[in-house]
Amino acid sequence: MIPGTFDYHRPATVEDAVALLAKLGEDANILAGGHSLIPLMKTRLASPEHLIDLSGIGNLKGITVNGDEIVIGAMTTQFELITSDELARHIPIIAETSRLIADPQIRYKGTFGGNVANGDPGNDMPALMMCLGATYSISGPNGSRDVAAREFYHGAYYTALEHGDIVTAVRIPIPAAGHGYAYEKLKRKIGDYATAAAAVVITMAGGKCTSASIGLTNVSETPLWASGAAAALVGTSLDKVSVDAAVLAAEAITNPASDMRGPSEYRTKMAGVMVRRALERAQSRAKG
Amino acid sequence: MTKSHIELTINGKKVEALVEPRTLLIHFLREQQNLTGAHIGCDTGHCGACTVDMDDMSVKSCMTFAVQANGTDITTIEGVANADGTLSALQEGFRMMHGLQCGFCTPGMILRAHRLLQENPAPTEDEIRHGISGNLCRCTGYVNIVKSIQYAAAKINGTPFQEAAE
Repeated sequence: MIPGTFDYHRPATVEDAVALLAKLGEDANILAGGHSLIPLMKTRLASPEHLIDLSGIGNLKGITVNGDEIVIGAMTTQFELITSDELARHIPIIAETSRLIADPQIRYKGTFGGNVANGDPGNDMPALMMCLGATYSISGPNGSRDVAAREFYHGAYYTALEHGDIVTAVRIPIPAAGHGYAYEKLKRKIGDYATAAAAVVITMAGGKCTSASIGLTNVSETPLWASGAAAALVGTSLDKVSVDAAVLAAEAITNPASDMRGPSEYRTKMAGVMVRRALERAQSRAKG
Repeated sequence: MTKSHIELTINGKKVEALVEPRTLLIHFLREQQNLTGAHIGCDTGHCGACTVDMDDMSVKSCMTFAVQANGTDITTIEGVANADGTLSALQEGFRMMHGLQCGFCTPGMILRAHRLLQENPAPTEDEIRHGISGNLCRCTGYVNIVKSIQYAAAKINGTPFQEAAE
């Protein structure tokens, strides 16, 4: 399969990339890792006339601690997330999630920014970013702006991005030391998107849950932040009654499609199972 | 559409070429460079038969444009044998442990295993299986492929290779 013809551009700065996108209009697409876009181009589901490759923009890569946040450049690859000492120390759930994305070859090329920004509800990072309360830095024709992950996803492949916008970095508040975390993903095989998946981050003190946040992957048109489910846990000892209530609250906000991964009802139940398992594992890791 | 000029290193040799931007790296390697070792299997990024090593990464060359390889250093199966022409440890492992049946997935498996052993010189069986999870063997001969990689790791590390019980 051979993609349609296009002109290739490799700008050296974000400003140049934004200017090119503005000049070339709707016929131009951004190329990051390419592992979502190139398959679409090979099947001619996408036929951009121009590709703007972001790989020449040096400052879009990297993981830095900035006060109480970690800033991850949009072109940082999944492989770099997995091998980062800073992330292992401060937000280990990011590497845990990255290891469940696609396969090793794709993780070398697949980018963090592409995963959060392209709006595919099957992507794993968006629900995690909602869970962690991340903020996306966006550059566009009218300058720069920030959008919270929890406000970013409007529908399948429909996000807060306008044509001409580029997600340049993601800022993530570092969770409290000793927090418990887990990303649980049910998939049919390695490389598959989730049948259902859940990201959980909790803090515990004196045997009580003092904070909780839960994100759900691929069980609706968008990733979901299950704030009601999390609220059912805060102040409890994560006893069975409270966990059951949280699982029910999480299941209630899902609206999965019936597809080759299973009927809708099954995927809703699996979202509940993923929440339960992630909570158990997060609790076992939490200190306090 | 304007052709792009690219310069890269393939199996230690400097290469310059003009490519259409839409040319996939696998087509560039096979059709312009006559390096037909890397295979086109599924053509959808799933099977890994097209895997090559690019700047210390295992890359699916059917999911990469040749222009994206500009300036990189690429190794294909044609470049993995020892300088004196003898088989590399991995090639020897695949031969000794019958790691190839039809052989179609072998170039991708060996290139992927090459990078895996660079990053993790003594992987467990589980780490090998996850490490090659982006490569499919249509003969489903994974047991011998895992043994082949274990054989190569032992040879490189100078440790005894103990064939696992069936």
